[in-house]
Amino acid sequence: MKSPEPHPGGAEAPAPFLTLTDVRKAYSGVQALSGLSMQVSRGEVIGLVGENGAGKSTLMKILGGVIAPDGGEIGIDGAVRHALSVADSMGAGIAFVHQELNLFDNLDVAGNVFIGREPLNWGWMRFVDRSVQRAKVAPLLERLGANFKPDTPVASLSLAQQQMVEIAKALSVEARLVILDEPTSSLPLAETEKLLNVIAGLKAEGIAVIFISHRLHEIERAADRVVALRDGKLAGTLARAEISHDRMVKLMIGRDLKARTGGPKGAPGKVRLSARAVQTTTYPLRPISLDLREGEILGLAGLVGAGRTELARALFGIDPILGGKLEIDGTPVALSSAADAVAHGIFLVPEDRKGAGILLGLPIVENISLPNLKAHARHFLVSQRMEAATAEIQRTNLAIKTPTLTTLASSLSGGNQQKVVLAKWLAMAPRVIIMDEPTRGIDVGTKAEIYRLMRELADAGVAVLMISSDMEEVIGVSDRIAVMHEGAISGILEREHFSEENVLLLAVGKTPNLAGTA
Amino acid sequence: MTKKDFGLLILILAVGVVVTILNPRFLLPINLSNTSNLVGMFGLSAIGQAFVIITGGIELSVGSMIGLVGLLFVDFVATRGVPWPLAVVLMLALAVVVGLVHGLLITKLKLQPFIVTLCGLLFYRGIARFYTQDATAGFGFGQDFPALDWLTTGKIHGVPITFVALLVVAFVMWFVLHRSIFGRHLYAVGKNEEAARFSGIRTDRVIIWAYVICQVLTAIAAIYFAMYTRSISPSSQGNFYELYAIAAAVLGGCSLFGGEGSLIGVVLGVVLLQELQNLVNLLGIPSSLNYAVMGGVILIGVILDQQLGRFQARRRAAELARRGAEAV
Repeated sequence: MKSPEPHPGGAEAPAPFLTLTDVRKAYSGVQALSGLSMQVSRGEVIGLVGENGAGKSTLMKILGGVIAPDGGEIGIDGAVRHALSVADSMGAGIAFVHQELNLFDNLDVAGNVFIGREPLNWGWMRFVDRSVQRAKVAPLLERLGANFKPDTPVASLSLAQQQMVEIAKALSVEARLVILDEPTSSLPLAETEKLLNVIAGLKAEGIAVIFISHRLHEIERAADRVVALRDGKLAGTLARAEISHDRMVKLMIGRDLKARTGGPKGAPGKVRLSARAVQTTTYPLRPISLDLREGEILGLAGLVGAGRTELARALFGIDPILGGKLEIDGTPVALSSAADAVAHGIFLVPEDRKGAGILLGLPIVENISLPNLKAHARHFLVSQRMEAATAEIQRTNLAIKTPTLTTLASSLSGGNQQKVVLAKWLAMAPRVIIMDEPTRGIDVGTKAEIYRLMRELADAGVAVLMISSDMEEVIGVSDRIAVMHEGAISGILEREHFSEENVLLLAVGKTPNLAGTA
Repeated sequence: MTKKDFGLLILILAVGVVVTILNPRFLLPINLSNTSNLVGMFGLSAIGQAFVIITGGIELSVGSMIGLVGLLFVDFVATRGVPWPLAVVLMLALAVVVGLVHGLLITKLKLQPFIVTLCGLLFYRGIARFYTQDATAGFGFGQDFPALDWLTTGKIHGVPITFVALLVVAFVMWFVLHRSIFGRHLYAVGKNEEAARFSGIRTDRVIIWAYVICQVLTAIAAIYFAMYTRSISPSSQGNFYELYAIAAAVLGGCSLFGGEGSLIGVVLGVVLLQELQNLVNLLGIPSSLNYAVMGGVILIGVILDQQLGRFQARRRAAELARRGAEAV
């Protein structure tokens, strides 16, 4: 591995604002950060990249003072500490803009910027002084080039504008380091542009920025230096001149992208599930047509909010289909509930595992038999013996790690919970399996098992639709990739055209680069 | 029988022993028979309530329905000359309709159970009072329905029919709740309706059924109550009975968040409540303190139960931590 560079690679090296030395943090035996050292200078824009689980969020929590590191030193302006408290972090001028916005819809912009520290007037009631509040916020918005006013209600702002409110909040406390955590993941492209301009503006004022994003081309544009994390360690840094997409990917995953499952056994068979001009409730004006063939894994990529989960919910009968036709093996079907979908052999492994996938308060065995109790019952009375037999088969098949099958699902690890969700469907005869972010928050080992399982299912003739935001997963596992953009399918890529770039281009509604192959 | 149910049984026996020592009349056949009659009637409506509470809902209209159904039943049979078996069928049909309406309002219009059934509580009471212009309905002198009387207020070897009815219903409902497909679905919906729906369960149907079952059991109880009191005052018959039913269900281990509770627990909860009522009478405690005793005991019971649960959870966590430490 490349040895970490302690200093920024650029020729100009302003005094560092933040210095991390050998910072370590472990969660119940798992090393989330193992000896990370890095520096952030004033007015420097750092692009922080790394896969899920690389340690980015742990690092953010340490900088925010939410958790204390197990070891190492944190230097701010030369003052060295072992840990920060939330107050330390705020006092030092570290401000966060999170992926999920923390704004109050019912207040105006100024009210949000000053939330919790509202200027009060001097009447005996000490009301919030709204005019002072507005007067203080106006120049901040001007600095950001915002096209809305301090008294605009937040509810009427677009996502990018709301993000600007968060940044204004950061500026209002005299931030010296602004950390943007996936700020663009839910932004349309035009708004992303604005945000990148705002970052440039911050830099010009001497404010340091840490910009976390999975959209590498944005980092390419905005960052002075890239810091890549992998497995809790510094995988390497790239100076401005060295920043390129491929180099970042290489640092993030430690190798070039490669397929993580074998290809399909045979050519995909006939069309299993066919959607013709299907209109979902979220994007009724963007009808979707999609063919899912037996024996294939169709990856469904797209940005957050592109309508992938909504499509999955519609195909599973949870949300009504407003128009269009759905056919399974050539037979038209109408789905008015998930129960209908299940009856047709269409199963969904939902994105929200704990909320919708599994019943945490039920034993594993009851979770597995739940959708199919009729097959485990005589005269409407459930046979616990038959249930146990089914669950035992699935435990062996999926290698579910649990002391007993009567253990509550809540005591399992995330990966094993996901296996239980899968087990309940595999115990029936799946024709179509839709997996929405099947490996989110799951450890690497279990991920590999789930990929293998998906391939086995496909080889057994099941049609698999995999929704994923993990680029490596989409490219590594899918046989074809359908990409969604603003509610519609913007393109379908065959294996020879698979590339992160092509997926991203389609995801933002542009034409992929198919040259050099056909 | 769960550990919780067993604890409740011990408590019932302990209170019984104490009351017997203080007043041996507790064990007189006439007292036991009266108490078990009340247990039978309240038990039926409590079992119904438990079905609703397990889905995470609540049914507040039970008391008013006991008033309305009782009033209509007595009016139909005593005043209008409707044959009593037909009147029973009509009352059960009314219960099914009311349960259906509540269930549909809650599942299809997504109204909160508390609101829907609170409106029901007010509405059915109002209808009952309007129906007789607040006049009491009752049987006239010489009116005699031997078969109906035996089926409602009779005794088998000194055991009130109502108690026997409770045992039969409890037996059947135990299978429904703890062994049937519907019972599984009911708990699944109560624990996590979203996940139940994503498992292909028709959750709306399950919830609607729960309200129908509740109303039907309540209607049966209402007829028993009517035949027990024999004269029905539309403004007071069944007042507060929904709260007895809810209290019994909670004592029996049901969580108002849904997904918890056992049938045996609910029946034991009813027994404990009636035992406490009886205790107030037998120990010469002013009957005006009746509610206060009940409220106090339920509160203490729930606190004990919760603290015990926390204690067990802590012990489990400590045990896990110890095993984890050994494994390292």
